[in-house]
Amino acid sequence: MMPTPLHGVSKRIQALRFGLLSPDEIRRMSATKIITADTYDDDGFPIDMGLMDLHMGVIEPGLRCKTCGGRVDDCPGHFGHIDLAMPVIHVGYIKEIKTLLQSTCRACGRLLLSREEKQEYLDEMRKSDALAAGGESPRTMEITKQAARDAMKRQVCPHCKADQMKITLDKPTTFREDGHKLTPKEVRERLERMPDEDLRPLGINPDVARPEWMILTVLSVPPVTVRPSITLESGDRSEDDLTHKLVDVLRINQRLRENRDAGAPQLIVEDLWELLQYHVTTYYDNQTSGIPPARHRSGRPLKTLVQRLKGKEGRFRSNLSGKRVNFSARTVISPDPLISINEVGIPYQAARELTVPVHVQAYNQEIVKEWVIRGPKPTGENGEYIPGVNYIIRPDGRRIRVTDKNAETVADAVELGYVVERQLVDGDIVLFNRQPSLHRMSIMAHQVRVMAGKTFRLNLAVCPPYNADFDGDEMNLHVLQSEEARAEAKILMKVQEHILSPRFGGPVIGAIHDHITGAFLMTYKDARFTRDETSYLLSMVGRAGLPKPDMKADGQSYWSGKLLFSTILPEDLTVTFRASIGSRGDEEDAVVRIEKGKIREGVMDENAIGAFKGKLVDRIARDYGTERARQFIDDATRFAIATIMLRGFTTGIDDEDIPQEAKDEIAEVLERAMEEVAGLVEAYKGGELEQMPGRSLEETLEVEAMKKLGRSRDDAGEIASRHLGVENSAVIMARSGARGSMLNLSQMAGSIGQQAVRGERISRGYWKRTLPHFQPEDLGAEAKGFVRSSYKSGLNPTEYFFHSMGGREGLVDTAVRTSRSGYMQRRLINVLEDLKVMEDRTVRNTAKTIIQFRFGEDGVDPMRSIGGEAVDLDDILTGVLGPEALSGAQGAGHAVAGYGAQEKDMVVELEDDSAALSDDAED
Amino acid sequence: MAFNVMEHDMVPEHHLLSEKEADGVLAELRVGREQLPKIKSGDPAIRFLEEVVGEPIAEGRVIKVVRLSATAGVFVAYRVVVER
Ligand SMILES: [Mg+2]
Ligand SMILES: [Zn+2]
Ligand SMILES: [Zn+2]
Repeated sequence: MMPTPLHGVSKRIQALRFGLLSPDEIRRMSATKIITADTYDDDGFPIDMGLMDLHMGVIEPGLRCKTCGGRVDDCPGHFGHIDLAMPVIHVGYIKEIKTLLQSTCRACGRLLLSREEKQEYLDEMRKSDALAAGGESPRTMEITKQAARDAMKRQVCPHCKADQMKITLDKPTTFREDGHKLTPKEVRERLERMPDEDLRPLGINPDVARPEWMILTVLSVPPVTVRPSITLESGDRSEDDLTHKLVDVLRINQRLRENRDAGAPQLIVEDLWELLQYHVTTYYDNQTSGIPPARHRSGRPLKTLVQRLKGKEGRFRSNLSGKRVNFSARTVISPDPLISINEVGIPYQAARELTVPVHVQAYNQEIVKEWVIRGPKPTGENGEYIPGVNYIIRPDGRRIRVTDKNAETVADAVELGYVVERQLVDGDIVLFNRQPSLHRMSIMAHQVRVMAGKTFRLNLAVCPPYNADFDGDEMNLHVLQSEEARAEAKILMKVQEHILSPRFGGPVIGAIHDHITGAFLMTYKDARFTRDETSYLLSMVGRAGLPKPDMKADGQSYWSGKLLFSTILPEDLTVTFRASIGSRGDEEDAVVRIEKGKIREGVMDENAIGAFKGKLVDRIARDYGTERARQFIDDATRFAIATIMLRGFTTGIDDEDIPQEAKDEIAEVLERAMEEVAGLVEAYKGGELEQMPGRSLEETLEVEAMKKLGRSRDDAGEIASRHLGVENSAVIMARSGARGSMLNLSQMAGSIGQQAVRGERISRGYWKRTLPHFQPEDLGAEAKGFVRSSYKSGLNPTEYFFHSMGGREGLVDTAVRTSRSGYMQRRLINVLEDLKVMEDRTVRNTAKTIIQFRFGEDGVDPMRSIGGEAVDLDDILTGVLGPEALSGAQGAGHAVAGYGAQEKDMVVELEDDSAALSDDAED
Repeated sequence: MAFNVMEHDMVPEHHLLSEKEADGVLAELRVGREQLPKIKSGDPAIRFLEEVVGEPIAEGRVIKVVRLSATAGVFVAYRVVVER
């Protein structure tokens, strides 16, 4: 029934088969036989049947391949071959050869297993393969190994009854039988005698791998394109390491052949034979243990075939799993609040190295020539940066480096069809990236700002999506090289296009830390500014002219912070929400009310402009577009920085100073709680503790004690924070959402509280007690990890120990969580990477098979959703019915619901409006 | 039938489409049958449907699955019957 896939793209790999190249096959795929160790003649032309023979491909422009006729870029290269005078062992198969020799008869060449045993193994293999659908199961390999082990144990051949001798391997490639050397020729002859059917039980498929092919009689020579020679600046040729090695092989091969044919003494022939073996061995692997690596004249070991593939610098890890790219830069990052979120500051040194290719056209020919004349390091009159040109590329693909000396002559040569690589200039589009690149906001497009210094500069509002800070973080930068790439980056990847996150439909870019503090100080209550300050503030956001002052004190005119901040809001913005400081209580400015772009009440804090929580950022990005949102974030940043610099802001240990009465009060609260716990313990031990339903007596005690101690910590914090005024810097930061929390403060000023491991009071350690400082079976507060001290007062030794236990658990948890979630994410990415949403809104894979009939089932782009919901009912209702539609700010403070909808949400019920609204308002 | 899985809360509604209906759906989606998600003919839901229609359901028939969706309220998906 199932026809083949319509589009025919979907193919499945059913099995992989590995085989050996036979000498015949090597000769068949060879384009030429190689007989001479010479490479080039006196004119620098490749010698026929030499290592650089043109039959094996071309590496020089202008020449043509003698096999396929292609030029440098068309010819893929072709193999050649060297006929070896005597056979040599391939080091790569040394283990297999050893096993084969040990498990076969020295007389008749049969596998040392009886017919019945062989059949048994074959049957077992067939059974295990049948279980692995279509392929060979890993179990099959185990069976073949067992077969080899069994055969090796045999002392007498079950077929011809010949006694077997012990075969050993001397370091890299010498086999001995009872101490007598086996030459590769003898080894090969033995392997040749093995019948095909004896190979199968060992897991060898004789159709594609005869064992004697592991002993080389012909050496395959890789194409010249694999081992290109390079021309040094002095004009000398320098050959690839592989070519050097092949030259050695050819020389010794030649001498060996001559000596053997001339009937030289056996000793000499054997020496040369061993030398040939050495060269072929190091040609494959120059780090074979037991032999000295082949070296250059300089003493550097040669990089031969295995070295090309292995390790971090090998083909796999450095060229296939990860690639290095040109036109990229990496350096330390540092902040610059005065550049836009869309921009990135680039040091001169980097800007001079990074280039953009400019195609010379009729319209730009003159100006491009001007650039080239400037050379690679032009500066202005005052030594300022001017972009120069590093290379020009001729239509034939040749690159010419531009130097101060040749700049003018090179500029003359520039004409239509040339490409000029121009250094970075302000406004160029680049990609900026910070690892680990966990989501799409980890790589965003920025506009270049070339500036002094040696670090990349970025606006602090883009730290959250990159998860960057400035404690030594480094970031990568890539310069786009085509118009298409630049257009795509500009439209899709620009920072401002990522203000809203596809993860939860809210902003990820916005104010952090001091920006929130600054905005708070600017707009809290009756914050006001003098004429000078106002001019300074407005100049920061590029506004000319002062608005009318709206405050008067002591006969002086003042401008309120709220008035000034309103100047950067869209003129028709009307919104109401709860400020971060107003998360509980109903004090002044706790509710933000903005009407027609004017702040009527409320303070600008994390809930207004913060990354993740900023309602204003969210609203502006959604309703006024990304460009307006970018403008708002940039302006808010500048206002905040200017305000905090005008006013000054600092925090220190004295922010947690509380009066002696408060300390006494806290001590009393804690003392009482600990006594109560002691009372609970006593009741427990006396059997008077009342058991909680569903819990054991011990659990009851633990729960009660945790509750009591937890409450006392909160009480201590409450007392402490009563004495930390609203003017307190630490309090300002905590309440505005800039940094830290009231819990942090109460732990500094009041009490740290109960330490927990696995969510329980600490109980591990010594026999019936946590530490030897306590009596056995002490279940009191101190003995089970309650820390009554504050961070400021300091911890006593046992408290410190318990605190470390709790802290350690936290560290281990994060370490485990990151590695595990990283692995889970990688698996998800691998599964989902080539699914895409098609024009008909279905989600399909590369075979165009439907995965989902509608993306997310509702077809909503999460980035354009409102906290995961398709429509923002509150917003629509306020828009239509006015702000009264929702009962005050509560409705506007509607929690982010995400995708956690329940079954009741799936049923659409028509109710009267007021009921639906009040239901919403309560969320 | 020892237990009717269709009565379980977590099992969505399955409907067998007539060939005409199936062709209509395929035309609307502009896909061939092989591009639809699959359901094995041995699936309990198919076996239930076979009991309902009173005859075996051939490979290639299209099943309409109607289920509650966290995002879309009610969501309709289609599956093509394949050999078990
Ligand atoms: Mg860091
Ligand atoms: Zn060629
Ligand atoms: Zn034998």
